[in-house]
Amino acid sequence: MTKQNIALLAAVILLGVIPVLMHWNSKDENLFTGADDKAGKTIESINPDYKVWAEPVFEPAGELASLLFALQAAIGAGLLGYAIGYYRGRHKSVNPGKETGKNA
Amino acid sequence: MHIMEGYLPPMHAAIWHAASLPFLGWGIWRLSKTIKENPESRLLLGACGGYAFVLSSLKLPSLNGSCSHPTGIGLGAVIFGPPAMIVTGFAVLFFQAALLAHGGFTTLGANMFSMAIAGSFISYGVFHAGKKLALPLNVAVFFAAFAGDLGTYIVTSIQLALAFPDSQGGYTGAMLKFLSVFAVTQLPLALSEGFLTVLVMNMLRKFAPEEILKLNSALKGDSK
Repeated sequence: MTKQNIALLAAVILLGVIPVLMHWNSKDENLFTGADDKAGKTIESINPDYKVWAEPVFEPAGELASLLFALQAAIGAGLLGYAIGYYRGRHKSVNPGKETGKNA
Repeated sequence: MHIMEGYLPPMHAAIWHAASLPFLGWGIWRLSKTIKENPESRLLLGACGGYAFVLSSLKLPSLNGSCSHPTGIGLGAVIFGPPAMIVTGFAVLFFQAALLAHGGFTTLGANMFSMAIAGSFISYGVFHAGKKLALPLNVAVFFAAFAGDLGTYIVTSIQLALAFPDSQGGYTGAMLKFLSVFAVTQLPLALSEGFLTVLVMNMLRKFAPEEILKLNSALKGDSK
């Protein structure tokens, strides 16, 4: 990994950790709920008469939701990892001797 | 940052479906042409599609104590152009509406318009504007992904404001309310998405330079 890539990764991790630390002692029960729900509440405050006229066709119950979210992430990461791994292996075999893991 | 199922009045839902459908048709037509001309680009398309799938499943914590997810549209929009990511974005939104009760089918047209269509055109446009301004490649890639992510929520706020004008503030008042819900949440996430996109782009450009340059010659390296 190049220095730049390490710095980028560190920045992404920091951006995820800082919010958690900021709210470390929070007693807020709605902490880290989805922004989508908050938009829904804003709709209700602007137009209290609005009737939601459709429900999700399928709402995964309990742990099923985390399974399906994990599945989505797994499909995506699998595809991305396979492609980068393939290209890296090919790059290595075309440029033998060069250390491909480092930015030579 | 998707509009939830049933949260757009029927008329608005129908109009956004009608607005998005031609783009989807155009995207499928252009993308199949690209794949026919460059069959070797399929794996790269898989990488970009995979990236959008992972990123939109990651609900990240944000500064104001709520959670939202990035879109992952920018990477593919810069490499392949908007058509590929319009189709990919549709696939992601369909998956989430069908299986995760996230977004919805009545709001699919509106969500497609904000994320898949506006998001990819913004990313694509910002990248090429950045190159015109002679920005370093990585900086242009960063701003492309950052602006695509942020632009998606701005379009979402406009869509919601059009459907739910505020009794006092009117359309602008409502838009500011919706923007304030998403703004603080999405800003750090857009930064994260920008950094991650540069990271993945660095790897793809290093290991698969021929494929990338064939699709977008503007991705020729200037860094290092």
